[in-house]
Amino acid sequence: MSGFFDIPSDLQHSYFGLIGLHLREALLPVLAGLVLALPLAQLCVRLRWLYPPVLWVTTVIYAIPSLAFFVVLIDYTGLSEITVMIPLTLYSLVVLVPAIVDGVRSVPQETLAAATAMGFGPVRRYVQVQLPIAVPAIIAGLRVATVSSISLVSVGTLIGNQGALGNLLADAMFYHRPELAVTSVVTTAVLAILVDALLVLVRVLLTPWMPRRTPTKPKAEQPDPAALALKDPAR
Amino acid sequence: MDSVTKRYPDGTVAVDRLSLEIPDRTITVLVGPSGCGKTTTLRMINRMVEPSEGTILVDGVDVQKQPVNTLRRSMGYVIQNAGLFQHRTIADNIATVPRLLGWSKQKARARAEELMERVGLDSSLAKRYPYQLSGGQQQRVGVARALAADPPVLLMDEPFSAVDPVVRKGLQEELLRIQGELGKTIIFVTHDIDEAIRLGTKVAVMRTGGRLAQFAEPAELLSAPADAFVEDFLGEGRGVRRLSFFPSEGLDLLTEPVVADGATAEQTAAAREASGAPYLLVTDGEGKPLGWSEPGSLPGGSPEELLPYGRPFVAGQDSLRVALDCAVLSPTGWAVAVDGTGRVVGVVSQETIGEAIRGAHAAGRKADGAGRKADVAG
Ligand SMILES: Nc1ncnc2c1ncn2[C@@H]1O[C@H](COP(=O)(O)OP(=O)(O)OP(=O)(O)O)[C@@H](O)[C@H]1O
Ligand SMILES: [Mg+2]
Repeated sequence: MSGFFDIPSDLQHSYFGLIGLHLREALLPVLAGLVLALPLAQLCVRLRWLYPPVLWVTTVIYAIPSLAFFVVLIDYTGLSEITVMIPLTLYSLVVLVPAIVDGVRSVPQETLAAATAMGFGPVRRYVQVQLPIAVPAIIAGLRVATVSSISLVSVGTLIGNQGALGNLLADAMFYHRPELAVTSVVTTAVLAILVDALLVLVRVLLTPWMPRRTPTKPKAEQPDPAALALKDPAR
Repeated sequence: MDSVTKRYPDGTVAVDRLSLEIPDRTITVLVGPSGCGKTTTLRMINRMVEPSEGTILVDGVDVQKQPVNTLRRSMGYVIQNAGLFQHRTIADNIATVPRLLGWSKQKARARAEELMERVGLDSSLAKRYPYQLSGGQQQRVGVARALAADPPVLLMDEPFSAVDPVVRKGLQEELLRIQGELGKTIIFVTHDIDEAIRLGTKVAVMRTGGRLAQFAEPAELLSAPADAFVEDFLGEGRGVRRLSFFPSEGLDLLTEPVVADGATAEQTAAAREASGAPYLLVTDGEGKPLGWSEPGSLPGGSPEELLPYGRPFVAGQDSLRVALDCAVLSPTGWAVAVDGTGRVVGVVSQETIGEAIRGAHAAGRKADGAGRKADVAG
């Protein structure tokens, strides 16, 4: 019997086990990327000259094939999940850093001046004014980073059993079971869509202050920070 | 402010040896063309910009000697486009400084509600976000937010320049009312000379390069501009605008050319005789104006025979400018003066208003002369 959910035993996981592994390997790197990107982006906002080189470095990292990372990392972290997650974390920076920088920079000048004039110190101003206003842009960046991370997890197959749903794809060829490929691709896509929807929900909950898309006049003069953030990764 | 200069790192001199003594509890307006250093001047007061030279004292204390955030929280700041926090509700926006000062949530909230009422905002807006408000409403929130911690000083940087003229006029009147109630020391920046003249107790005109051109009361500015730059900046119609500062109180109002509706021919003839005026103003039973009766015609006919009386002015309350305007607009060249309830108290001709203007100017010159002598003596 060879069903869609009949997972070959060499993968050492049930179907749901694979999903759990896949999500862990995809989402933890994005989270780690966010933790790295926040201070990095803040530095780039404060020191304008730093932004172009940082952007350049993240782009170059993104261009390095994961196999190259694995070759280096295997000596230290072996054939583990960590070896997969480190490059994914670094890849996420290429989206997250510009998203946060643009989000923070899109805070209107007069809002910042007003905050300063009311006696906000620089730290308080960043945490209480700039970051909250940058939330839509940050989440827009997170969405791109998450979806791409979910699809990238498959590269773990290169170091054996760390590709989660990606390994199903390899097994489909190995065992000549095309239905496993279908399972792999469809499940990955559904995961991406669900996680993306979840992030949209988080954004809606976090930003009750955003103009909802209603038929009445939208505010034309304020550029949508989410659009700003998406422009960069698209480049 | 004593001989304050600001030189930006790129060498721009934004403010050049500016000395100003800003009176307490009044509105002082800084006005001048774009780029003349108004914003820079204002921001040096709350140290958003540090002066390169000179000192700024508030109540005799050097602003440099105070912790910067304490200083800023003791001064309200209102900015063009309001600069509201788009991620906070209206009530939270207004409560910002009280919260920074460590007030409890309830106390700050109560204060926010009180202020919303004071600036004429409906309390139902408290839970809304800035994007749900009109520009004029946002500007009111900006003013309320600046007033929240009851600072003695209010700094306002072109707060009303982004709203349409009608809303702006409303906001200006509101500001004058609030100032009358609270007696704040307000420093108001604008590039609109009419706004400056309407709001300012004293007006500082600045010229490009950050130098003070003239610092005077609005009436003096209009009557005696210090130089060609100020005169030019004041624009057209300086003489007529200056009339706004002369009360219509002393005007010689004539009561003889006023007759009640239904007056007899003899009464009318007597009125013409006594007044020597070509037109008679006909009033209704309550003493309210109906219109002008032309020479030779008898009042008491249908109202259609009367010439419209135009707009009346309120005697003693409106300025000579309004009175003159009414006379100019009237088809007969005579203005109708009414009391607060709209009852006619008399009529006055353009010529009489002209005499009053000349009298007021003469008095003004005498006062100026006296003032100058006092300056010399002092
Ligand atoms: N941060 C800065 N660095 C260098 N120059 C500046 C800076 N800020 C302002 N300036 C210059 O200083 C001058 C005064 O600027 P300021 O903003 O005070 O003008 P303003 O009178 O408020 O003008 P506006 O009516 O256009 O607001 C201008 O020439 C401006 O270009
Ligand atoms: Mg300015």
